Amino acid sequence: MSEVLTPVNPVEPFLRAERMPHIWCPGCGIGTTVNSFARALIESKVDLDRVAIVSGIGCTGRVAGYLKLDSFHTTHGRAIPFATGLKLANPALQVVVYSGDGDLFAIGGNHLIHAARRNIDLKVICVNNLIYAMTGGQTAPTTPGAAITTTAPYGVYEPAFNLPALAEAAGASYVARWTTFHVRQMARSMQEVFAKKGFCFIEVLSPCPTLYQRRNKMGDGLDAMKFYKEHSRTRNGAPTGEVGLTRDGEIVVGKFVDRDRPEFRDLMRDRFTHQLGDRYVDDAEMAEHPHCGGEDGA
Amino acid sequence: MEADPRGVLTGVHFIDGDHACCEGALAAGARFAAGYPITPSTEVVERFASRIPTIGGTFIQMEDELASSIAILGAVWGGAKAFTVTSGPGFSLMMEHIGYAAMTETPCVFVNVQRGGPSTGLPTLPAQADMMQARWGSHGDYEIIALCPNSPQECFDLMIEAFNFSEQYRTPVMFMMDEVVGHMTEKVVIPAPDRIRLYPRRHTRKAPGELNLYEPEEDLVPAMAHAGEGYRFHVTGLTHDERGYPAMNARAQDRLIGRLQEKIRRAAESLALFEEEAVEEADVVVISYGITSRVAQRAIDMARESGLRVGKFRLKTVWPFPDAHIRRLAAGARALVVPELNRGQIVREVERAAAGAARVVGVPHAGGSVHRPERILEAIREAAA
Repeated sequence: MSEVLTPVNPVEPFLRAERMPHIWCPGCGIGTTVNSFARALIESKVDLDRVAIVSGIGCTGRVAGYLKLDSFHTTHGRAIPFATGLKLANPALQVVVYSGDGDLFAIGGNHLIHAARRNIDLKVICVNNLIYAMTGGQTAPTTPGAAITTTAPYGVYEPAFNLPALAEAAGASYVARWTTFHVRQMARSMQEVFAKKGFCFIEVLSPCPTLYQRRNKMGDGLDAMKFYKEHSRTRNGAPTGEVGLTRDGEIVVGKFVDRDRPEFRDLMRDRFTHQLGDRYVDDAEMAEHPHCGGEDGA
Repeated sequence: MEADPRGVLTGVHFIDGDHACCEGALAAGARFAAGYPITPSTEVVERFASRIPTIGGTFIQMEDELASSIAILGAVWGGAKAFTVTSGPGFSLMMEHIGYAAMTETPCVFVNVQRGGPSTGLPTLPAQADMMQARWGSHGDYEIIALCPNSPQECFDLMIEAFNFSEQYRTPVMFMMDEVVGHMTEKVVIPAPDRIRLYPRRHTRKAPGELNLYEPEEDLVPAMAHAGEGYRFHVTGLTHDERGYPAMNARAQDRLIGRLQEKIRRAAESLALFEEEAVEEADVVVISYGITSRVAQRAIDMARESGLRVGKFRLKTVWPFPDAHIRRLAAGARALVVPELNRGQIVREVERAAAGAARVVGVPHAGGSVHRPERILEAIREAAA
């Protein structure tokens, strides 16, 4: 009747246990996204030695440090260009960029649209908590109108970015949005992008109880889950122009874009092969970096 | 190790400093470059973009200098040797990633073909006014290595040294050219690949699971690994411990920053590349670097013709500053004359190192052209009087 329960959390092997406890607040959604990501790693059966994770700065920027993968905690806004160099130097890697809305769309916005334009094979996971949380609750380019922040004490009046629309317009091959209430759907999207070539973008709406929910009288983490449950509507394939977020309105979730555009390295290979023929040397096919020296070094 | 023959254009060439710099990088094994167009440096990456597809590697033109200066760091952790190239305003934008490279001990080379500044300044005209920025430009405390070529041949030769130093000490190296050296065309001899010695990447010999990514070896430099090899390491710009994990306290800060500085300070003597001539018997020694050393040579010749005893000391390594050599010069000469294309940067270092043992005379110039040799000659005469 009773089955034996395994005492090990199935995602534990993916975490750097020696770094726990983590820095995130009670009720924060970032840990939930990490859980879904770990499940996506299990399900997608990718070779974990070939997965690298790159984060910028901020609360979500700390994800890289907690995952037991090759991980890079870079500078504010520059996770994507770092990941671009990493992917080009080692095309066999699956490179995941895991960062926040301020990091990816304010200070790093230019890099995001150019990486999407190039359709370079990066998997970008953007945890959107609608605020700058690490620095204490300032307005982000995602903060919805009328929300109170420390730098908009009378309410935000700037229009916010619609992240899926921006990613699609810039050229992303895959665009989805979920909330931390949608743990299975989120994990499935994360799993899907490992099999998708090109620039993939997943937005995950995630609560910041400490600096957004509380200041806006929206309750705690559990209240956020209720809010997401009641306000979310799944509309796969919805035109991204219609999925902008408001403070209290509907949250359209789903997979919005899944299209095939030529990937950056394929475009590069095609062009050089066309122009140079046999003279083109594709370093993706070379032995790994013979010019560096490597293990025999020093 | 010897150079990879595919990157070495052995032979005698008639090319400018920008092109020679690119050939130096290729000979040194650079197979990744990222850049953003900016005068007068762009020719370096234009040549790289033309050459690299038939060698094997990648050039990517990024959306700005912030992007190119960190794309190269990603490429290094992916296993490549990498560099970026810029000038004045672009160099300012790269400062954060020079700090990130120093903090994460990422070997790489930043080329700055200096032009007049500040701000947009003189895009097509020379200066040597970023010398202090090269040393101190990123926030926080760190040591840096900076080399300064004075000819297209040296743009080739010293670029190989720049990569070798970056690999040996695991630090970003600043390659401080100027507009005139970048655009001056001269004979450049590129040797056979087996005549080019390269310092190989300090890759760990430890197995995954045994590696502490930031555990230093005897010379205070740690061995590294590349992503995708199974080490599952962590790299961060936060102050970190020997495992590479964030460590937010004064003790960890002192330990890490102390080591980052000491690994270079300790090597100052072997890093000091210079050229000197007739300094022992000199009353006046002219200390210069980059293009100004070519103009200074004319002034030195004229001074010697008029009977003055003038020595020449040319810095190839500007950072770490070769204090010991300057002290030696100051002990032997009455005066040190320091012409440079700025309003007084390296002259202050000379004053500091000389510590009053000799008179130090600067020959400032705001940039836009080189000095007139007569102006330097005048300073030599004054100093000798």
